[in-house]
Amino acid sequence: MKFTWFNLMPWPYLPDDFRERHRSVWVDIPNTLYDPRKGHHVYHTYLDQLEYAETLGFDGIGCNEHHQNGYGLMPSPNLIAATLARRTSRAAICVIGNSIAGYNPPIRVAEEFAMLDVMSGGRLVAGFPVGTSMDTNFCYGQIPALTRDKYREAHEMIMKAWASDEPFAFDGKYNQLRWVNCWPKPIQKPHPPIYIPGGGSIETWDFCLDYDYNYSYLSFFGYLRGKSLLDGYWERVAKRGKDDSPYRAAFAQIICVADSDAEAERLYAEHCLYFFNRCLHVFPPFADPPGYRTMATVKYGALSQLTRARQKILENLTWKQLVDERFIIAGSPETVRQQLEECIKGLRIGHLFCLFHNGNMPDWKTRHSSKLFAEKVMPRLRDLWPDYKHDERWWIHPMDDRLRPEEQRPGAEKKHEEWPR
Amino acid sequence: MKWRMIDTKKGTRCRVLEGGSGTPVVFFHGAGGLLVDNPFLDGLAQRHHVFAPEWPGYGDSTGDELLEDMLDFALHGWDLVDALGLSRPHVIGHSMGGMIAAEMACLAPRDLARLVLVGPAGVWLEERPIPDIFAMLPHELADVLFVDPARGAALLTGGADLSDMEALKDFYIVTQRRLAMAGKILFPIPNRRLSKRLYRLAAETLVLWGAADRLIPPEYAAQWKALIPNARVQTIEGAGHMLPWERPDAFVDAVAKFLA
Repeated sequence: MKFTWFNLMPWPYLPDDFRERHRSVWVDIPNTLYDPRKGHHVYHTYLDQLEYAETLGFDGIGCNEHHQNGYGLMPSPNLIAATLARRTSRAAICVIGNSIAGYNPPIRVAEEFAMLDVMSGGRLVAGFPVGTSMDTNFCYGQIPALTRDKYREAHEMIMKAWASDEPFAFDGKYNQLRWVNCWPKPIQKPHPPIYIPGGGSIETWDFCLDYDYNYSYLSFFGYLRGKSLLDGYWERVAKRGKDDSPYRAAFAQIICVADSDAEAERLYAEHCLYFFNRCLHVFPPFADPPGYRTMATVKYGALSQLTRARQKILENLTWKQLVDERFIIAGSPETVRQQLEECIKGLRIGHLFCLFHNGNMPDWKTRHSSKLFAEKVMPRLRDLWPDYKHDERWWIHPMDDRLRPEEQRPGAEKKHEEWPR
Repeated sequence: MKWRMIDTKKGTRCRVLEGGSGTPVVFFHGAGGLLVDNPFLDGLAQRHHVFAPEWPGYGDSTGDELLEDMLDFALHGWDLVDALGLSRPHVIGHSMGGMIAAEMACLAPRDLARLVLVGPAGVWLEERPIPDIFAMLPHELADVLFVDPARGAALLTGGADLSDMEALKDFYIVTQRRLAMAGKILFPIPNRRLSKRLYRLAAETLVLWGAADRLIPPEYAAQWKALIPNARVQTIEGAGHMLPWERPDAFVDAVAKFLA
C-alpha cells in the first residue's frame, strides 16, 4: 500500500453561522471572510504539516486545485508543490491535479509539471482532473457542454508535448500553437505517473484504461458509498482485459486517530463537523450546470444532484453518523486499522489519500492523529497486496542522485563547484 | 398548427411547428424552448405562414454536437430557412433566439424581410449584469422570467406535477439537455461580440420588451436601438421576459402591426 498525506487546506475561520448566512462555500463565498494576515499563518501551518508528513514516513504528500473555495486555499497547487520540492526529498509530490480544461494554453501545465518533476528530482505525481463545475465552469468560465472536449484536447497537447523531441504544430479546436516545444521536460519517462480524479462516469473509466492511468475516486463520503462505484470500475477493468492491480485505483478518506474511540470523538468531532457542515455547503446549481455531465451520466443518476436531500444530510450530521456510516474513519489505532483494511480490500485500492487535517482542526491535533497513524496503523496495512508488492507502474521513479535542498541552511557558504558533467 | 421534421444540409434534424398561410414568418425560440402551449404562434398564424423550428437539443431535434459556437448557430438558422424553402422571410427571435436572429441578419442582411427581437440576449451592459440562469434553482428561474412567477412556473412545466419523482426526473433531463445547448452561446456571459457586427443589420427592426423583464432588464432595449441602424422599441406592460407567453394578444398585435 502507498499512503499519501493530503491537505485540502480549508479556511479555518468560517463563522459559526456560515451555513445560515451564506448560500455557498464555493464560487460566491464572500471574500471578506478571508483575512490575508491570518492566511499567512494558515499557509505556513499547512505547508509545515505536509513536510512533517514526509518525516513520518508517508509515501506521498498531496495537494489539489480549487478556486473561490472556503475549503481550499490552493488556486495554484503548483506553487504549493514548488515549495515542497525544496523542503522535502523523499516523498512523492502528488498534485491531484491541474484542471487542464481551464488552462489557456494547456502547454503551461506541461511546463509547470515538468518544472516540478525536475526540481523534485522526479517525484511528481501528475493529476489531470476535468475539474469540478464550480472551478472549471463557474470560476474559470469554461462552457459546460464543451468542457470535456476541451479537456481531451488539453490532455492530448500535454502528453504530446512531453513525448515529442521536436517542435510540432498543434491545430486544436480550442488551442492553436504553431510551435509546441516543451522546455524543460520531465525527468520521469515516458512521463510522471498520471492520476485521473473522477466521479462515476463510465467515460472516465475508459479514459484511464485507454492510457493506463490511475483512477482516483475523491469523495468525502467514505468507502461504503464508494463501493458500488469502484465495483463498477473494476468490472470495467475486467471487461477491458486489463490486469487487476490495486494500484490502478486510489481513494480519498478522512481519518482521525486517537488513543481510544471516545478520545477521537472528544478531539476531532468539532473539526469534522465544521468540515461537513460548513465546508461542503455548496449551492446546488453550482455543482451541476447543464452540459457539465454527459447526457448518459445525467440519465443514469438524474436526481442525485437535484434533490436537496444531500445538502440536508449535511445540515444535521452528528459525529455518530459520520462514524457509523463511515464518512470518516475515526477511533483508536485498532479501530482505524480494522476499518481501513475493510476499506482498502473492499474497494481494491493500492493508493490511499489520507485526510488528517479536517475543517478547522488545529495543528497539534492534526499532527497527533497523523503520528499515531504513521506509528501504529500504517505499518500494519503496508502489505495488504503481497501479489503486487513490486508493481511500481503507478508510482514515482525519482533520480537516485537527487539533491537534498532541505538539508542546506539558506545562505550557507558553498565550496567552488563546476556544473556537473 | 402541426409538427414536422426537416433535415438541414449540415446534418441536423429539426422539429418545426408550422401553421397558417400568408407571408412567411420564422420564429426562433429562446433557451427555454417552445412550451407545451404557444398561443401567440396560433395568433400569428391567423395572418402569416408561421414556422417555429426547435434548435438541436430541444424536443425531438437532434444534431446537438454539430453546433458549438455562435457562427454555427447563426448558419444553422439560415440552413433551416433554406430547408424550409423560404425566401426573405420575416424573422422573429426571442431571448437567445433573438441573439441568433440578429447574428443571422448581420451575416446575410439582404436575406430577410423584417426583424423582430423580443427581449434579445447577446448584449452585455456592465452596469446592468444579467442574472446567471445557469446558477439558479428551478423556482428562481420562474422568478426572473415571469411577472407572475406562480403562473410562469406552471407554464414552464406544462402543468406537470413536479412532486411526482418521475415527472421531475423527465423535466430535469429535458431542461439539462436544452440548457447544455444554450450554454454554448450563453455561458458564462451571453455576449459573443454581436454588438460590433450590428452595424450590418439592414432590416427594419422592432425591438419588443416586457416592461417587467427581470432577466434582461428593459434598459437593454435602448442599447439595441442605439446599435441597430433602423430599429424602433416598443415596451409592453404586464409582461416579463416571457412576454410572448405572458401577453400573447399584445405580442401578436404589436408584431402584426409591424409586419403589415
